[in-house]
Amino acid sequence: MEPSPSILKCKPMNVHVKPLSRIRAINWNRIQDDKDLDVWNRLTSNFWLPEKVPLSNDIPSWATLTPAEQQLTIRVFTGLTLLDTIQNGIGAVRLMDDAATPHEEAVLSNIAFMEAVHARSYSSIFSTLCLTPDVDDAYRWSEENTFLQRKAHLILEQYDSGDPLKKKIASVFLESFLFYSGFYLPMYWSSRAKLTNTADLIRLIIKDEAVHGYYIGYKFQRAIERLSEERKQEIKDFAFDLLLELYDNEIRYTEELYDGVGLSEDVKKFLHYNANKALMNLGYEALFPPEACKVNAAILSALSPNADENHDFFSGSGSSYVIGKAIATEDEDWDF
Amino acid sequence: MGGLVYYSSTSENTHRFVGKLGCDATRLPVDAASAPPEVSAPYVLVLPTYGGVHGKGAVPRPVIRFLNIEANRRLIRGVIAAGNTNFGTAYCLAGDIVAGKCAVPLLYRFELLGTDEDVANVRKGLDLFWTRSF
Repeated sequence: MEPSPSILKCKPMNVHVKPLSRIRAINWNRIQDDKDLDVWNRLTSNFWLPEKVPLSNDIPSWATLTPAEQQLTIRVFTGLTLLDTIQNGIGAVRLMDDAATPHEEAVLSNIAFMEAVHARSYSSIFSTLCLTPDVDDAYRWSEENTFLQRKAHLILEQYDSGDPLKKKIASVFLESFLFYSGFYLPMYWSSRAKLTNTADLIRLIIKDEAVHGYYIGYKFQRAIERLSEERKQEIKDFAFDLLLELYDNEIRYTEELYDGVGLSEDVKKFLHYNANKALMNLGYEALFPPEACKVNAAILSALSPNADENHDFFSGSGSSYVIGKAIATEDEDWDF
Repeated sequence: MGGLVYYSSTSENTHRFVGKLGCDATRLPVDAASAPPEVSAPYVLVLPTYGGVHGKGAVPRPVIRFLNIEANRRLIRGVIAAGNTNFGTAYCLAGDIVAGKCAVPLLYRFELLGTDEDVANVRKGLDLFWTRSF
């Protein structure tokens, strides 16, 4: 394109450039925090898209659910979509403002994008399995449901607070706790051999969320390590208060969704178990006692097939344990 | 009574768990470039798994370097693994791999920093394990 005549007529000006603060290009060969590179590598090697999962194989299984079960499933997935939408557009983006390194900012941009992939995945499930009017109803429900809206508002309030520590705490609670009232259901269906491809997709999301919660929790711990003991205690009190506020709401959300199918009490154990893990990601001790966290074995096994206790020498009967089942690794220098 | 050797990244999760056990423990260098220590007494290895695709990269590099020393490998008696069930089949995978390679039992698995129950189980389990082993 030819430059416009007005530009051509301009004489070169003696522009006085005001010295601004320097803007730095990211250098991945000068890492301040090795965790940034580790997590970047982990997340990029985990990259996936919903198209890789053959969701249409679940069409016959979907037809075996009762209308109430179908409605519950669509609502649960709409609730999850809402959280992913927040994390994609607001949560991860607000965390970037406080990034301690340029690499942290880059990792957060990966997290933001994957949250968009997660949100997009639920729409893939809907378009493959569900009728449009049913999905539209669920979206309307998500906008009107008091507990879902309250959960979103409680998180957004922290994201808007401008406080880097509170933002990280809220983000870890979202990633490591609030998703689980929803994740329970596909694990439940999978344990009954239903919607197994959908469950495979959800497992990909669950893996991503584990890394997100771990990483943001790690950055939180780095951010508080130099604070006074008094300030640390204030932050800890804030975190536990927020968790309990979210927990009270989550219990009511769970009851509203799952009472009808008689699963509320089972879901609550899963919530306790994950609330403890969320606290641990922040470096805090578990809050809920072991008996409140005994997750249904079928759900745990749907999540992690080899997580049963008998696998361990200390906690299992020991009799079924076989020593020395060699597993190949691809690490070149792992040759004894 | 044997000892503990452990790897913990800068997240300090495993370090905190080992600290709560209250027994002598040798920490492997976080930095893969540092020379690994050589041990002289039987030990149980504690190590985390951060996920990993099909086992690739599941075992932290400093652990590989430590176990590549024959003298260290000869003294390993068991493995305790940390992880996260969110990683599905890769839950505590590094523990399975090391236990398999070294033909020693995977003694226990816990998540993240471990709960008080995990600490109590491992303390009791290790006491019993070393009593039986000597």
